[in-house]
Amino acid sequence: MRGWSNPARLKALGVMGMNCRNIEFVSRYNDRRLYPLVDDKLKTKLLAHDHGLATPALRSVIRRQHEIRQLGQRLEGLDGFAIKPARGSGGKGILVVSGRRGDRFVKASGKEVTIDDLGRHMSNVIAGLHSLAGTPDVAIIEDLIRLDPHFDGYSHEGIPDIRIIVFRGYPVMAMLRLATHASDGKANLHQGAVGVGLDMATGDGIHAVHFGHRIHTHPDTGMALDRIVTPYWRTLLTLAARCYEMTGLGYIGADIVLDRDRGPALLELNARPGLSIQVANGSGLLPRLRHIEALTQTRSPEQRADYSMGVFASRGTRQDAGELSAGRAGDTRKSVG
Amino acid sequence: MSDSIFRGLILLLILAGLLTAWLRHADTGMPFLPGEQASTWIVEAKVDFVADGPVMLSLNIPDNPPAFRVLSEQTASPGYGFSIVEQDGRRRGEWSVRSAHGPQTLYYKVHVVPDRDMVDSSPLPPATGRDVFWEEPEATAARQLIASARARSSTPESLAREIIRELTSSDPSQNATLLLANRQRVTLIELLLTDAGIPARISMGLLLQDARRNQSLTPVIEIFTGDRWLAFDPATGRQGTPDNLLLWHRGDRFLTDLVGGSGTHVSFSMIRRAMSLEGLASASAGADRFRLLSIHQLPIEQQSVFKLLLLFPIAALVTVFMRILIGLRTSGTFMPILIAFAFLQTSLLPGLTSFLTIVGIGLLLRSYLSHLNLLLVARIATIIVIVIFLIAAMSLIGYHLGFSAGMTIAFFPIVIIAWTIERMSILWEEEGPREVFIQGTGSIIVAIAAFVLMRNPVVGHLSFNFPELNLVVIALIMLIGKYTGYRLLELRRFRAMEEQAP
Repeated sequence: MRGWSNPARLKALGVMGMNCRNIEFVSRYNDRRLYPLVDDKLKTKLLAHDHGLATPALRSVIRRQHEIRQLGQRLEGLDGFAIKPARGSGGKGILVVSGRRGDRFVKASGKEVTIDDLGRHMSNVIAGLHSLAGTPDVAIIEDLIRLDPHFDGYSHEGIPDIRIIVFRGYPVMAMLRLATHASDGKANLHQGAVGVGLDMATGDGIHAVHFGHRIHTHPDTGMALDRIVTPYWRTLLTLAARCYEMTGLGYIGADIVLDRDRGPALLELNARPGLSIQVANGSGLLPRLRHIEALTQTRSPEQRADYSMGVFASRGTRQDAGELSAGRAGDTRKSVG
Repeated sequence: MSDSIFRGLILLLILAGLLTAWLRHADTGMPFLPGEQASTWIVEAKVDFVADGPVMLSLNIPDNPPAFRVLSEQTASPGYGFSIVEQDGRRRGEWSVRSAHGPQTLYYKVHVVPDRDMVDSSPLPPATGRDVFWEEPEATAARQLIASARARSSTPESLAREIIRELTSSDPSQNATLLLANRQRVTLIELLLTDAGIPARISMGLLLQDARRNQSLTPVIEIFTGDRWLAFDPATGRQGTPDNLLLWHRGDRFLTDLVGGSGTHVSFSMIRRAMSLEGLASASAGADRFRLLSIHQLPIEQQSVFKLLLLFPIAALVTVFMRILIGLRTSGTFMPILIAFAFLQTSLLPGLTSFLTIVGIGLLLRSYLSHLNLLLVARIATIIVIVIFLIAAMSLIGYHLGFSAGMTIAFFPIVIIAWTIERMSILWEEEGPREVFIQGTGSIIVAIAAFVLMRNPVVGHLSFNFPELNLVVIALIMLIGKYTGYRLLELRRFRAMEEQAP
């Protein structure tokens, strides 16, 4: 493989670059006024609750240092939970407790910690250690997500999450992010997580990359990645689509997890979603975005999810996809409509 | 719609910039490329006195001094009115104020360039028919001295030389000793010359030496022969003036004339400044339409500030180019530019070494700080103090090792460095050393590119002498700001895309 790609080839594939994303999508479709809604996990969570969108259940919010003293009471009755900074990014400052052993807590990695350790962690969170600009933050405690059996063996520590790009309310592309030993339980592709591109029609794995190279099996567990199946696919896409009405942001990345018992739940939203989803899918975003841009009809979230499932399907509809990337948005609308 | 407005705006900016530059070039003869450097002098006269009531002070100022060309003059005198008047054919600067009390300081600054071609363009008519009265026994001594000098000379010039030699000889004659007993040598020379029928006067000149302060004027004897004044050094009798002597005050008027005060003291300070010949052309250009638009009109201090400030747009362009077109990641958007500015003071290699050392040591100490669990503001403040200590230590070490570079690291923007360390350290903890390396390298590449451009004499010349060209820079920055294509490094990032494409 050559070290550099040919810009003309990338363009033909419809790959979107950072400049294009910033100018033509993020700044055009995302009102900066609305950013705080997604930059603060607590706000997103409360908003999602108002709109009836499923999120991991919020158990407690610790806003001030002195509230840490009541941590024991607040955690009463909670077996597994996650402590998160409301304004942390990229999974920073998240502490997951999977259970209790006596008066000690067991972390996801198996390590045991005391309640004082948890308190110290919370103190750091509130002081802003993990927040983006180092500003004071709040700590939220929410229910632990239990791994859905469908993903058994696909993730090394951590729960896999599904990133869906939602453009003007239409889910346009999705990938499943699997933590690996190399990524140290984190779900960011550049840190070594595996990205699995998902078929928009079914949620099946179609293409996977690790550190920028195509792979077929999970580097740690050896599980075949193209046999991965995402359950509740339509519910999941609908959940993502509804985030548009919820936030008013036109171009977002929705991070969704699957809970063993409760099904799809919205984890967080991102107003500047990254571009690596294209690498994970092995196809460019631009043809799909242009296609949506040309739509004029208003649809409900369910209709939009169905629409995307039909139009952006990969398997068996390769020809359509090829047409999408080759033709202009206006032409494809005709061919689709 | 808005796209065409944008294009129009870009076009307008580029055209306005280029057109103004071209007009300036045509009007002032300022060339587009830098050329030779000439050394010019900025001389400042400082007048101190104690005021009491309404004040009127006049100071003799250079009027077409031979072998020098005056580029500009400025005064600094808060509260005073200033005007330049011609009095008996001499130029004087006059300060006046309705009421002033206590110690006062007035400044007059003149910018001159040595120019051999500048001759005494408007020589004053010699004071004729002046009689000199000597008392005995001086009269006899003077008569004899003149007679003996005249016997050894043929022209007024040689007579003047002989008289000066008589009075400066290491073994003076009796006549000379007698005359020198009661009078100053310079006044005596003038008196003897006048007595001998040669129009003569005492002028005051200033020896120009770089970065001197508290200088005073040295006297020069001038005689009028035929159609011009000739200068003689009263100490040696040598004809002509040294190249670095600026004739400040000519003729017999007092240097200063003060009404409404006392205790006048005039001192001079001067500094040498290299300036391109083209700069001179523009600085001395007459009342053209660009006079108001030229940075050369500003006081010296502001000019040097603007010289740096006007380099900023080009450095900003470099940053924009590197980030949007190349896709380099830097630590802090414009931090590299500030580092590049520091490099301008320290020069590249010493600057780069000390920068890397400071940031490296800072990161080590910062990693210890992170164990202490301090709040952000306190942490940054601690790092700032540490950085200052580091810089002081490096300056000391540099000084003891004999590197002058050590002294100049103080130019580094301390707060910026502290933030860089903090950001790098957080990056290290959160994203790992690889990301720190990427952003650090990116920052240094941008800083070096900006440094190389800012050091380029053509860039420096254009940005300072044609500030309107920055409109073109703005247009380019805005154009790049609309670029939606791939960044160069994205071609590498997306290389996996072609792998799977049919």
